[in-house]
Amino acid sequence: MAERTITRAELSEAVYKGVGLSRTESAALVELVLKEISDCLAAGETVKLSSFGSFVVRSKGERIGRNPKTGVEVPIEPRRVMIFKPSNILKARINGLDAAAEEE
Amino acid sequence: MIKSELVQKIAERYPELYQRDAENVVNAILEEIVQALARGDRVEIRGFGAFSVKKRDARVGRNPRTGEHVPVSEKVVPVFKAGKEMRLRLNREPVEAPRAEARKAKAG
Repeated sequence: MAERTITRAELSEAVYKGVGLSRTESAALVELVLKEISDCLAAGETVKLSSFGSFVVRSKGERIGRNPKTGVEVPIEPRRVMIFKPSNILKARINGLDAAAEEE
Repeated sequence: MIKSELVQKIAERYPELYQRDAENVVNAILEEIVQALARGDRVEIRGFGAFSVKKRDARVGRNPRTGEHVPVSEKVVPVFKAGKEMRLRLNREPVEAPRAEARKAKAG
């Protein structure tokens, strides 16, 4: 089975089919959901979506990096990164398992 | 923010929408992502980030308490990479390096 890429269009389509709103509203709502999640993360707050996973913002300290091509050392500034922690349910589902079987 | 708070926010911004529909919208989006990953597809949301799956080979693990060897079967794990715009937004203001004590406290 060839690997496909799902984009906003497919997410809107899923909302359109699953919720019964118009296509325009569905697309606007997908955008709104993404915006609310992003705004929250940009403010440094964790977003926990049960049975899916959490998005967490982490602060990284300054460290010395190296240009792999030239070997020149360059400082990497302190920065904030966003990480995704998948829930056990999500991990189980992508392995084709029953979510309950994966509970610890 | 947890899922119910996200649903609440969507419902507030869209007064013509029932709270129930707001909940269905959030669930439909997440479900679509999960199903795509379960098929081995990639989910790319420009400006936000991309979800994909990676295969992990079977390996011999160890029970850290007993030191016993245990076989860990091959599995697939979800991975997420933040999009460019998201990375920029997270760093719009200069970030102070996390202090060593704060890091230790979090780890403990």
